[in-house]
Amino acid sequence: MLNSTTATISERNALVVNPAKTCQPIGAMYAALGLHSCMPHSHGSQGCCAYHRSQLTRHFKEPVAATTSSFTEGASVFGGLANLQQALVNIFGIYNPDIVAVHTTCLSEVIGDDIPTIIKKSREEGKIPEGKVVIHANTPSFVGSNVTGFANMCTAFVTYLAEKSGAEATPTNVFPGWLDPSDMREIKRLAAELGAPITLCPDTSDVLDLPQTGIYEMYPKGGTTLAQLKGLGDSPRTIALGKFTAHPAAEALEKKCGVPFDALDAPIGLTNTDLFIDALRQAAGVEVPASIEAERGRLLDAMSDIGQYFHNVPVAIFGDPDTVIAVTRYALELGMVPKYVFTGATGKAFENRVHELLDGPCPAAIVKAQADLLELHERIKGDPVKLIIGNTHGKHIARAEDIPLVRVGFPILDRVGHRLFPTVGYRGAMRLLEKFSDALLDHHDRTCAEEWFELVQ
Amino acid sequence: MPNIAILEERQAQVLRKEDPGQVACGKRSVAGSVSQRACVFCGSRVVLYPIADALHVVHGPIGCAAYTWDIRGAQSSGPQLHRNSFSTDLQEKDVIFGGEKKLTAALRELIAATRPKAAFVYSTCIAGIIGDDVPAVCKSLTVELGLPVIPVESPGFSGTKKDGYRAACDAIYQLVGTGDTSEIGPHSINLLGEFNIAGETWLMKDYFRRIGIEVVSCITGDGRVDEIRRCHGAKLNLVQCSGSMMHLAQRLERDYGIPFRRVSFFGIEDTAAAIYDAASIFGNPEIERRARDLVGQELARIQPELRRYRKILKGKKASIYVGGAFKAFSLVRALRTLGMRTVLVGSQTGNPQDYAQLKELCDPGTVIVDDSNPLELAKFCLELDVDLFIGGVKERPIAYKLGIGFCDHNHERKEALAGFEGMLNFAKEVHASVMSPIWKFTPRRASRLGP
Repeated sequence: MLNSTTATISERNALVVNPAKTCQPIGAMYAALGLHSCMPHSHGSQGCCAYHRSQLTRHFKEPVAATTSSFTEGASVFGGLANLQQALVNIFGIYNPDIVAVHTTCLSEVIGDDIPTIIKKSREEGKIPEGKVVIHANTPSFVGSNVTGFANMCTAFVTYLAEKSGAEATPTNVFPGWLDPSDMREIKRLAAELGAPITLCPDTSDVLDLPQTGIYEMYPKGGTTLAQLKGLGDSPRTIALGKFTAHPAAEALEKKCGVPFDALDAPIGLTNTDLFIDALRQAAGVEVPASIEAERGRLLDAMSDIGQYFHNVPVAIFGDPDTVIAVTRYALELGMVPKYVFTGATGKAFENRVHELLDGPCPAAIVKAQADLLELHERIKGDPVKLIIGNTHGKHIARAEDIPLVRVGFPILDRVGHRLFPTVGYRGAMRLLEKFSDALLDHHDRTCAEEWFELVQ
Repeated sequence: MPNIAILEERQAQVLRKEDPGQVACGKRSVAGSVSQRACVFCGSRVVLYPIADALHVVHGPIGCAAYTWDIRGAQSSGPQLHRNSFSTDLQEKDVIFGGEKKLTAALRELIAATRPKAAFVYSTCIAGIIGDDVPAVCKSLTVELGLPVIPVESPGFSGTKKDGYRAACDAIYQLVGTGDTSEIGPHSINLLGEFNIAGETWLMKDYFRRIGIEVVSCITGDGRVDEIRRCHGAKLNLVQCSGSMMHLAQRLERDYGIPFRRVSFFGIEDTAAAIYDAASIFGNPEIERRARDLVGQELARIQPELRRYRKILKGKKASIYVGGAFKAFSLVRALRTLGMRTVLVGSQTGNPQDYAQLKELCDPGTVIVDDSNPLELAKFCLELDVDLFIGGVKERPIAYKLGIGFCDHNHERKEALAGFEGMLNFAKEVHASVMSPIWKFTPRRASRLGP
């Protein structure tokens, strides 16, 4: 399908071909699904909501409920006030969530709908039942990317709901950023193992990784609760895992309630997990138990056992910035050579952070924000890699160039593992280690000459 | 409609076969409902998507292009250009100052790089609201570059998905009548509303080749610009997905006098009827004889195996929720062929005639819904105790969560389900899902089986 791609880097000024990002609202919708009994609401045309739900469903293989303002020609001329008000009445009337998390779209942004005023008016007019909460985030599709939308909605959780009541609160806030439910579950397991009480926000485990129960629940048991959201402001500390998707909300919380935060990368790989565990240990004032030491030891042991196959292996890494930054570090720890490190998202911060990691060991690496997959393909065509690490959209390049692809990030539309097993923590690192080595060795076994085909590896 | 909590405004859009009156439909979704519907852009994008040697450029912020990137299993026997994602990725400054320049530059770059046969340029919500004159850009580039650059007027808010179908038909119509028809024979047809999901167009084309009917153009499955250019030379249009293509069929009838027939290639009865219908119109006994032979041969080939599946599936209950209602008719009949009963049927975009016909067709007790949502669908499935759900991407996990078999009859089907061979595939797929050993372990079935 991409056979027409050449090794020449095409000059493109006005055009994205095969994007390595998508638009803000889907990130806001995903973040809102991590609150308990929350209905994400898309203030725009019906299509936005349908597309986001379909895409999230393909990735999580779970039903995803969200509502829409169903904009019409009328709304686009006269504004979406009436649509949003009617929507709120209907949502509370029939679906009865505790929270409605409204996000905007390109359409409602350009029209200029003032959401806070609409919410206020709706409350005054009794359209929002007593005790129910409506929050909003501005997520124009023509600014930033899906990660911006996620961060904006997480920031809205804080600005709308976090309170500093002065109560003595012990849980450490953990802002996980855009991770899968399996990762959120793993973070909670690690914290429990450590004996560190945490409030995870948002938390999509037990929302988008549900067991087969024979019933369909619109609001499953998981998700950060309203009480927990309020309590964020009383916590002594926040640990925020990811520059793009977690730090902004932590900054907002520091500003609003004076809660200091540790600005870490996503806990993917050995060092990033060490940093997370250490931050949690300090924040909670606990000792790292032997069980976690042993987990780390087993990861290190596996890295030593299989490390020879990673040494100097050139890799391409692409996807959302927080994932890519963390995976790049892990690749370095394994001895691989990140050659192309791409994101479609905007922001110098990505390039700066990756350069910090790569300028010493891999000065020749090409690091790009606002890049697309056509350029990645052109570069790989000119100077190949042995492994691609990224989301499902890398499979066309992988096939065209016969390079193994290990799926990490969002979206993963064609495999199931990410739903079941984490990428974060020592266990997540073990899983990635297995996937990387399987991919390289399977490829070698399938393609090498007969005399190089070996039983023992 | 008792027992089920439904939005008050939606009461009229749900009824049982015995209830008086008809299903209300064609309404815009109620604001605040968890609608399974999409937008105008989505409608035009899915219809035009399979035209494989055309460039499809989405003029808007990145999302609209990202979500429609290679998500339709519409296969091409040649070029794969349509499976890429091209976007002008509109940014804030474009929204303020207009995106026309960016669009022009993007099209110049892309057309030079990919040498397509034509380019379709989709207007999204933003293009519509900031007032970019997409038709003017297209017009001037058509002159400058010497190939058709065709605007698709599909801002998401400008109607329903059906309006998007219409916009797609209008775009296609700009190509119609521009090709040479002198080589087209007297026994020739176009297939409209057939999208070659999982290679289904190829099955249809093979049937018509065998009975001596020339397929001039399939719009849009495995579609090619040059074929569409000469489709006006065909003598008959067979319209499969009528929801999407009636508009085009009507225009071809009005302007070129080409009659059309609504057909379906899902299920044995409908496929046979479609082939006979097409064969009879030419008044050629040889074609009619060949059509009878073909249907006979194909049936003989699949019947024994179908009977085996029927034995196993007899009495099982199914729910159907699909995009277009016309497909639902075929599915009800196809399920009957398998001995199965449809107890819930609905669509996103059916019209009053569709629902009247559906009501007529269904068994007593069947619930009929328009523009439904997950809560409703889940409740009905449990209440009606169904064994199979037929739907699309958003319905699949709901069915599985309930412990119900599922068959994707939408973009994500992986086996051809049309034609005679497709009927056998359908039976296999339904059988595999309904009879999967996994369901034995799920709470719903386990409680029924006892310890």
